[in-house]
Amino acid sequence: MDKYDVAVIGAGVTGCAVAMYLCRSEVSVIVLEKEEDVCSGTSKANSGIVHAGYDARPGTLKARMNVRGSKLIEELSETLDFPYRNNGSLVLCFDEAGMPRLKELYDRGIKNGVDGIEILTGEQVRQKESAVSDEVIAALWAPTAGIVCPFGMTAAFAENAAANGAQFRFLEEVTGIVRDGEGGFVIRTDRGEFFARNVVNAAGVYADRFHNMMRSQKISITPRRGEYVLLDKQAGDLVSSTVFQLPGPYGKGVLVTPTVHGNLLVGPNAEDIEDKEDTTTTSEGMEDIKTKALRSVPGIPYNLTITSFAGLRAHGQDYDFILGEAEENPGFFEAAAISSPGLSSAPAIGEYIAGLVVSRNGYKPKTDYIGTRKGFTDVSRLSAEERSRLIREHPEYGRIVCRCENVTEGQILEAIRRTPGARSLDGIKRRVRQGMGRCQSGFCTPAAMKILSDELGIPMEKITKNRPGSELLRGDTDGVS
Amino acid sequence: MTTELTCIRCPLGCALKVEVNGGSVSVTGNSCPRGAEYGAKEVTAPVRVVTGSVRVDGGDMPLVSVKTLSDVPKDMTGQVIEAIKRCRVMAPVSTGDVLIVDAAGTGADIVATRDVKSRS
Amino acid sequence: MEYRDVVIIGGGPAGLAAALSARRNGVEDILIIERDERLGGILNQCIHNGFGLHTFKEELTGPEYAGRYINMAEAEGIPYKLNTMVTSVTPGREVTYINPSEGEVTVKAGAVILAMGCRERPRGALNVPGSRPAGIYTAGTAQRLINIEGLSVGRKVVILGSGDIGLIMARRLTWEGAEVKVVAELMPYSGGLKRNIVQCLDDFGIPLKLSHTVVRIHGKERVTGVTIAQVDAGRKPVPGTEEYYECDTLLLSCGLLPENELTSSAGIGINRVTGGAFVNDRLETSAEGIFACGNVLHVHDLVDYVSEEAELAGLSAAEFVKRGKEACAEHGEALCLKAGEGIRYTIPNTVDPVNMADKVTVRFRVSDVYRDKQLVILYGGKEHRRIKKRIMSPGEMEQVTIGKDTIPEGISDITIRVED
Repeated sequence: MDKYDVAVIGAGVTGCAVAMYLCRSEVSVIVLEKEEDVCSGTSKANSGIVHAGYDARPGTLKARMNVRGSKLIEELSETLDFPYRNNGSLVLCFDEAGMPRLKELYDRGIKNGVDGIEILTGEQVRQKESAVSDEVIAALWAPTAGIVCPFGMTAAFAENAAANGAQFRFLEEVTGIVRDGEGGFVIRTDRGEFFARNVVNAAGVYADRFHNMMRSQKISITPRRGEYVLLDKQAGDLVSSTVFQLPGPYGKGVLVTPTVHGNLLVGPNAEDIEDKEDTTTTSEGMEDIKTKALRSVPGIPYNLTITSFAGLRAHGQDYDFILGEAEENPGFFEAAAISSPGLSSAPAIGEYIAGLVVSRNGYKPKTDYIGTRKGFTDVSRLSAEERSRLIREHPEYGRIVCRCENVTEGQILEAIRRTPGARSLDGIKRRVRQGMGRCQSGFCTPAAMKILSDELGIPMEKITKNRPGSELLRGDTDGVS
Repeated sequence: MTTELTCIRCPLGCALKVEVNGGSVSVTGNSCPRGAEYGAKEVTAPVRVVTGSVRVDGGDMPLVSVKTLSDVPKDMTGQVIEAIKRCRVMAPVSTGDVLIVDAAGTGADIVATRDVKSRS
Repeated sequence: MEYRDVVIIGGGPAGLAAALSARRNGVEDILIIERDERLGGILNQCIHNGFGLHTFKEELTGPEYAGRYINMAEAEGIPYKLNTMVTSVTPGREVTYINPSEGEVTVKAGAVILAMGCRERPRGALNVPGSRPAGIYTAGTAQRLINIEGLSVGRKVVILGSGDIGLIMARRLTWEGAEVKVVAELMPYSGGLKRNIVQCLDDFGIPLKLSHTVVRIHGKERVTGVTIAQVDAGRKPVPGTEEYYECDTLLLSCGLLPENELTSSAGIGINRVTGGAFVNDRLETSAEGIFACGNVLHVHDLVDYVSEEAELAGLSAAEFVKRGKEACAEHGEALCLKAGEGIRYTIPNTVDPVNMADKVTVRFRVSDVYRDKQLVILYGGKEHRRIKKRIMSPGEMEQVTIGKDTIPEGISDITIRVED
């Protein structure tokens, strides 16, 4: 069997970023993912915020990666063509007692090297965001903060990695890692074995499992669940920047933000749980975030809610990210305990870890490295002329399948045909937003299933929502399955 | 023997009591003669129209919708459904085409309720 | 830019009836735009019977009802486009659509009839807590998969909501061999027709639990069960009443929402109660020459009334095209039609006492189940007429007729309300 230079465990945003940066050098990379697609764990359900970097404690890896990461995301959104918007963020302060904490955040931002931050008065805040509560007396304004599509960004990293030679294996769950006696590793999965000279642990909430196989000092990653409420695009322009609350006696507070696709997102709360897969929502949790968010923006029209969901953050026992090579097991690298600001830091973590791997092994830069990637076609955002030309050349872009988001058959085919491509309904939805709109796929599910079935040559009964076991159908109506 | 049921002849939904004594049937709780008629029939000889789908080979749709052309006894609906499920036809099919004659011995024919063209 | 006298958006029952009516009232140049691959709309998947008693005086299935209108439209030679999605309508009646063969095209219309129908309320809008596995379908999506594609959605089913599609699907699923365990309805009354409760639930011994809702969905990959609880008068779950139902499928039949994204983007005023446009007695929206009918205007109980309403929209559009601007110049002072006590809304919202037809049908729904009450029509606050009603329920549409010659001069509104 081939021996890879590097095996990356996990195809979340961190793993894909590591793979992408590794592929800028002459390195053979394999990414092993237990789910059927990229961006299926921690990366899939979060706030989609690119933090400016004032929140992280100065001197920590979090601070460094966040500030660097947010700059990289802005650059990469151009070269790799994924949805990002620099909308700025506000941290609201509701009373005089909070002012010292607001000032502390400001000072921290300055220390972390965050550009352009300033403290605004309540009046100035409301001039910027008229929907913000009259109770607000001041806010920290961070103009470099942004919003990003977590799926779009992860898909972009993965596709760029693949374009530069990285291989992806899905439904391949790593069960064990041992040394191979030649300085490398044997990676055992539920389906076979892989050999690699280096291993990168980017396994999200499961990173402790692999850490503890290779490291003397054990860690434990706690999944911290956060629930969100997503509102219709009609509510999307209620605020234009991301509105945080100053952490205080009320707790950490929740955010209200537009998404990069124009919806309004409210959340999250934070609850430490046992089960690393438990993304259930609770009525208490949803009530809690909804009530808290009203303190920032009193007019949130919850009657326009289109869905609610929960995501997990991978919390280590200590504050900081765990990044670097294991001294006791050279060649084993880690990007573990990637909690907030993990999404914002992802490309910086990728760049950093890849840099360590490359310099340890002395890999040469790739001369024919592909630095750009074309994003998914968004037919509704093209000019009328471009749209007509596209449809003339490729009629499938003239057949709208998802009426809420105006997603065409051509876009769905694109999602499936990319490398790595969508293999499930969620995979399509995350890439091109079919089923992501206000009817939440009620209308287009049968059509999308059919396209997936025809394109992959698999029967309708085998079409899944996401991982195996999530088949949508139970045979045909004759009971013949 | 007394049976209680809800009248479906109009939105009022009267709670009917139907008593059967030998050959005589009496209905109470109804507000109109239509209710009495419904109650008596529903207890002595209830009938239903059965609708379903039949598989079509070579059509532009995989199924053609069908119905029983006349009412069938309520206790026979299961057999009629089974007969519909076993049936398979070739396209083209036109609305009104008889696809099954005398389904499950009920005397009712199964007819197509839509057109299905041949796949071009 | 291409011009068409009447452009109809939607080729379901409303669009077809409106087109036929426009043609019969003298409009030659008509275009129906349909997004699906066939005409007929949602009726194609409603293979059960019970349609057409008012229109055709016989009981038809959905495809038969649609088929009759499609045949009439074909016979009249009314042009239509399939697989074509309208992406925008402007207040100036420019309609933009896209399809695979033509790309993006904008047509200028003499009149536009909105007939886009409605969609189902999704899970997200219901905020049912729990996981998000496969196996959660709106009743209509399941209906399409089963009746059009011949695919089976599940073996053990719980249905939330007692709307008619949910009830019909309870019977269909049972006939297809699935086990329907229970239908839970949040309200203390069913949202469906009595006939459907008897023939789709009672016939099969499927329990209907009123004042109950799903409080949790279980299962990671596929639904494994749901927890149902009773709700109090404020529709909040009552602790201690939870019951677990093992199932692999949850169907949602919790109401329909008029599909008015195009309408809103054209700046047309939308009534928050119906989710449809505000219209006058000719079914004209706040945008001149743009009319609305069928479920995009307000959700109907019977398709027969959709057809009837659409005929008026077709007639009004025809008159508008024929008389052009004059039609508007003749506008009198419109009277406001008000939904009083016990009435949720009325269609139309205004009546023009000068130019109205001799008789105008007012359709509405009541807000609760009322037994032995009276509908009272007030002209300018003064009682005009009283109609005794044995029963009225929110699940069934009501209608009254207002005669032009009965309206006195000098009033500014007409109110309909429920009284003892």
